[in-house]
Amino acid sequence: MTDLAWINAALTSARPQALGALLRYFRDLDTAEEAFQEACLRALKTWPRNGPPREPASWLIFVGRNAAIDAVRRRGRQEPLPEEALISDLDDAEADMAERLDGSHYRDDILRLLFICCHPDLPATQQIALALRIVSGLSVAQIARAFLVGEAAMEQRITRAKQRIAAAEVAFDTPGAVERADRLAVVAAMIYLFFNEGYSAGGGQAAARAPLCDEAIRLARLLLRLFPGEPEIMGLTALLLLQHARAPARFEATGAIVLLDDQERGLWNRKMIAEGLALIDKAMRHRRRGPYQVQAAIAALHARAARPEDTEWAEIDLLYAALETLQPSPVVTLNRAVAVAKLRGPAAALDMIGPLEPRLSGYFNFFGVKGAFLLQLGRRDDARIAFDRAIALANTAAEAAHIRLHLDRLMRDGEA
Amino acid sequence: MRYAILCYDSEDVVGAWSKQEDDATMVRLAVVTNDLAAQGRLGPVARLLPTTAATTVRKGRENLVIDGPFAETKEQLLGFYIVDCATLDEAIEVARSLARANSQGVGSYEIRPVGHFRPGTAPA
Repeated sequence: MTDLAWINAALTSARPQALGALLRYFRDLDTAEEAFQEACLRALKTWPRNGPPREPASWLIFVGRNAAIDAVRRRGRQEPLPEEALISDLDDAEADMAERLDGSHYRDDILRLLFICCHPDLPATQQIALALRIVSGLSVAQIARAFLVGEAAMEQRITRAKQRIAAAEVAFDTPGAVERADRLAVVAAMIYLFFNEGYSAGGGQAAARAPLCDEAIRLARLLLRLFPGEPEIMGLTALLLLQHARAPARFEATGAIVLLDDQERGLWNRKMIAEGLALIDKAMRHRRRGPYQVQAAIAALHARAARPEDTEWAEIDLLYAALETLQPSPVVTLNRAVAVAKLRGPAAALDMIGPLEPRLSGYFNFFGVKGAFLLQLGRRDDARIAFDRAIALANTAAEAAHIRLHLDRLMRDGEA
Repeated sequence: MRYAILCYDSEDVVGAWSKQEDDATMVRLAVVTNDLAAQGRLGPVARLLPTTAATTVRKGRENLVIDGPFAETKEQLLGFYIVDCATLDEAIEVARSLARANSQGVGSYEIRPVGHFRPGTAPA
């Protein structure tokens, strides 16, 4: 690894902590970002010469803070002095190096930084774009590429989202236990959405969007390091790792979807699986079940099966039943039906999903799964109707192509 | 004399490597270790999973189990064991037995899942 690559990696990994602390000092995102930017420029100048500091994040906080204060003073000569409230904690400017090991302080800084990206008025995609820009430090061009939109459009979106959060009230006091737990849950949900934005991309887009999955995993790990005793954060991190481990096997070179049963399991990333399994094992010890842990446990059972026929469907059925109680949703029941089909046959599974149809009538996957059950039962005409509905509802070209494959097979078999 | 060589690096930085970078590093390191192995001088090699997967058993009457890595700076690393366990609970039980067998003073046993393991060629 070259010096420059090492420095860039260190700057990226120090970013949430440094920017979070600068935001606490200046209480203004733009000022904090400028301060961090300035500190990074100085790091690029001095680190190759003097070697990297022992604590990159505290170095960046110290230098960034002083640079921003200087800038405010310089501006102050031309403009009236800023209000004292604009720059908080100026008096303890001398003490900040001593603060560097105060982990709990930083924990709330980073959580706040993530939390402001989750403003409830912002749609999910804007929350994610904002987190990528602010917390991960990706360039607008990189984010635009991941979302498959033009750079100018993304720039505008991020600017608008920033204006919105600037206008919002953000609490800068150290949060109480309840507030902290609430923030943690909101941030965890954002990271999960973030991951799915990358994970649900179709075959052709999967490569462009994979960085979203990597970045979501990085943020989940960051959160877990800050809150090492939270089983749901262990579960979330495990879930993301176990799902992302399958990425190399999920699509064919042509972009076509490969179903779990048909995936080449040798392509799964064993390192990610090992880490995911270790984390879910650790989470389960707490005996405080939550939706992320249960989903991770399901993913773990798939990851542990060397061949599809080794999958412990009975366990998976039980876990989905637990998930139905924790987080009732027709989609969860639909997923459970897949396990039920393996255990008790397609007729039982079809009975199970029948009542879901009114609520899932706009959901591509419902008709794909229904068609597959009907096909297994030999009800070919009904299966064709279900597959046709699925194609009409498909979100990506890869989804539509996948169902069309079923239909083609039906037609061929019909002629034979 | 046998020497243990302990690897320290930034988990954030190493964790951010792409699979290609990681694989390439492992290949470069294997050139060094293969040479030692061929000479019968290589003992067990282990690459640990990130500290987020760590659990710590603190010595004392209760043998408290804490999520996360060992974080104190007062104590020094004195040695390590590698044990095969079906679950983390089993590993915690082993650590507790060790803590009971060596109950004087302060100290902790940090449990880290091993990602990559190579048994080595050095004679016992």
